[in-house]
Amino acid sequence: MAQHEDTYKPGSRLEQWLDERLPLARMMHGQFVDFPTPRNLNYLWTFGGILTFCLVIQIVTGIVLAMHYVPSDKLAFDSIEHIRRDVNYGWLIRSVHAVGASMFFVAVYVHMARGLYYGSYKAPREVLWILGVIIYLLMMATGFLGYTLPWGQMSFWGVTVITNLFSSLDSIIPGLGTKIVTWLWGGYSVSGVTLNRFFSLHYLLPFVIVGVVALHIWALHVVGQNNPTGIEIKTKSDSVPMAPYAVMKDMFALFAFMLVFGWFVFYAPDYLGHADNYIEANPLVTPPHIVPEWYYLPFYAILRAVPSKLGGVALMFGSILILLFLPWLDTSRVRSARYRPIFKWLLFLFFFSFLALGYLGSKPAEGVYVMWAQIFTTYYFLFFLVLMPIVGVLETPSPMPRSITESVLGEKSAGSAAVAKH
Amino acid sequence: MSLSSRITGFVRDMIAVGAAVCMMSGFTASTAAAAGGEPIHIDRQSWSFAGVRGKFDNDQLQRGFQVYQEVCAACHGLKRVYFRNLAERTGPGFNEEAVKALAASWPNQIFDGPNEEGSIATRKGAIIKRPARLSDPILGPYDNDNQARAAQNGALPPDLSIITKARGVEYHGGVIGHIGYMMRDIVNGYQEGGADYLYALLTGYTSPPADFKLSEGMAYNKAFPGHQIAMAEPMTDGRVKYQNESVPRTVAQYSKDVTAFLAWAADPRLEERKSMGWIVMLYLLVTCVLLYAAKRRLWSKVH
Repeated sequence: MAQHEDTYKPGSRLEQWLDERLPLARMMHGQFVDFPTPRNLNYLWTFGGILTFCLVIQIVTGIVLAMHYVPSDKLAFDSIEHIRRDVNYGWLIRSVHAVGASMFFVAVYVHMARGLYYGSYKAPREVLWILGVIIYLLMMATGFLGYTLPWGQMSFWGVTVITNLFSSLDSIIPGLGTKIVTWLWGGYSVSGVTLNRFFSLHYLLPFVIVGVVALHIWALHVVGQNNPTGIEIKTKSDSVPMAPYAVMKDMFALFAFMLVFGWFVFYAPDYLGHADNYIEANPLVTPPHIVPEWYYLPFYAILRAVPSKLGGVALMFGSILILLFLPWLDTSRVRSARYRPIFKWLLFLFFFSFLALGYLGSKPAEGVYVMWAQIFTTYYFLFFLVLMPIVGVLETPSPMPRSITESVLGEKSAGSAAVAKH
Repeated sequence: MSLSSRITGFVRDMIAVGAAVCMMSGFTASTAAAAGGEPIHIDRQSWSFAGVRGKFDNDQLQRGFQVYQEVCAACHGLKRVYFRNLAERTGPGFNEEAVKALAASWPNQIFDGPNEEGSIATRKGAIIKRPARLSDPILGPYDNDNQARAAQNGALPPDLSIITKARGVEYHGGVIGHIGYMMRDIVNGYQEGGADYLYALLTGYTSPPADFKLSEGMAYNKAFPGHQIAMAEPMTDGRVKYQNESVPRTVAQYSKDVTAFLAWAADPRLEERKSMGWIVMLYLLVTCVLLYAAKRRLWSKVH
């Protein structure tokens, strides 16, 4: 862990006794009270705490839901309706869980966009970033598994479409894809067997996420937080202790986030879902238009932008896996896009294409929608594979402050800041 | 750092965060093309239960139940609604004794498994059933889907318990309009597309255009995707005799009332949800303000 002053004083004899045997309280105090956080963090840095909150909420509501939910193809749909109607506050717990999944993804996209903009993936934060990508992948898997559980039409057909993607491997080794799909389904079609195993995995993965989140936070506390200038903490005046400063700011941001969260829970709980999922799964009736949850739409658009099935699958998974290599694809030594006049605009264009792909993913795969999806998909990969390495070399960064303190207090006061303010 | 620059800084941060959240959460739901091809426009109705202050109207739900009982129940069940629910204060709010009597006289009785002698059918082959009680579901006339299809010329009348949730209205327009449309609905807490669709369907029976080829036994409906629906026009003016004579006995009124009733059936906890929402939102807002004030005071020493 990063070195910083330790102000932990065992308050009682019991604490002292424990401190000599298992210095847990000392570690927590060091990492979550004394821990130096850059003094110039903006509100985009509050999403780490918000995401932790989302994870806890999903696990707590999920455990309660599992007490009432029946993972069987005959009873799953009925049990959800039972929860909505007859379980005490079941409507609330279910809405929090369903809306919570969406909120989790809202927060993770903001968190990732912040990392991209301020170069939080660059040395020495490569492992921190990679762990984050792994968490994101686990979240996508968990969300997908969870969406099958209500066993509505969109659940059923979403699983059918997505698991079927693996059958594209047949074009590499004949029979391989079909084998994998059969293995995933536990049979020759999506059935109650599939639902049972998906429920089991949906209950398992969040705890795996907890483990990787612990590593993510550990890695964060080794290298320290990035900040809007991308300049490391150099002197004591560059940072403030996590408690109470960052904690108070995080608390405010969390409650502001909960306002949005609560609005959806109480006033638009079904808005982020599909009407079709209120129709019980029926293998004999295909919905006219199968769409995944909104948070997968950009990747769904990439999948359908490619005329070949295998190519589409490869690009879809590639579009996420490519994130693992960002620390080495970005050749610039400047972290923050704030000081990168060309990269900044290319990145904004990337954000725009990602949102555009999300919109296109919700549209039928035909005509002009496919063409635009192809254009934005091209830019998605062009940005990472070509522009990022080249721009990093060619671009002249704009002038940067010498330190975090200078960026906050301005050039004049920077010299005396440590004395004056701390 | 001066106060004004800190405030602008804060506003800038919040706009950045807010814009990111709005944009990401904005991409929701499908925009399915109607099976029939050209987009079908569904008008919005004014529902008492829509929006952040929405509440059901007991009288309307009672009339809506009457329409369900006298018209829809001939083919459609309501299996996720129990007779006891009809007496709920946040629902139709019928008198409990009246509901008991209703349950006992409901024509579609309950099959409760083998009787004391272990038989499930009478000697003549009829399934042994008992009258419904408050704790029983409101069943339709058919024992199973096959029986329903056999009686309905191959078509299956869906259970109506969550029909207003299981239907929706698609937006047909450009990207910018779509974002505005979603934002408006989210801010207003409007998710009554299913009710709008159902009302449009019930009032959508017209004679087909001259060039439209209607299949045998089908009816033309402007709101239904593809315009061919197996359900014949269910209501005519004056068919249901409302007790309150000041309420018009028209198809439009029947449709409005039965849709409201089915919206309650699909979301019986709506009133509880919306009224609890205000308390939660108020608590969060006040805490938010306090936290912000505390945060500012704390950080004023640093900046």
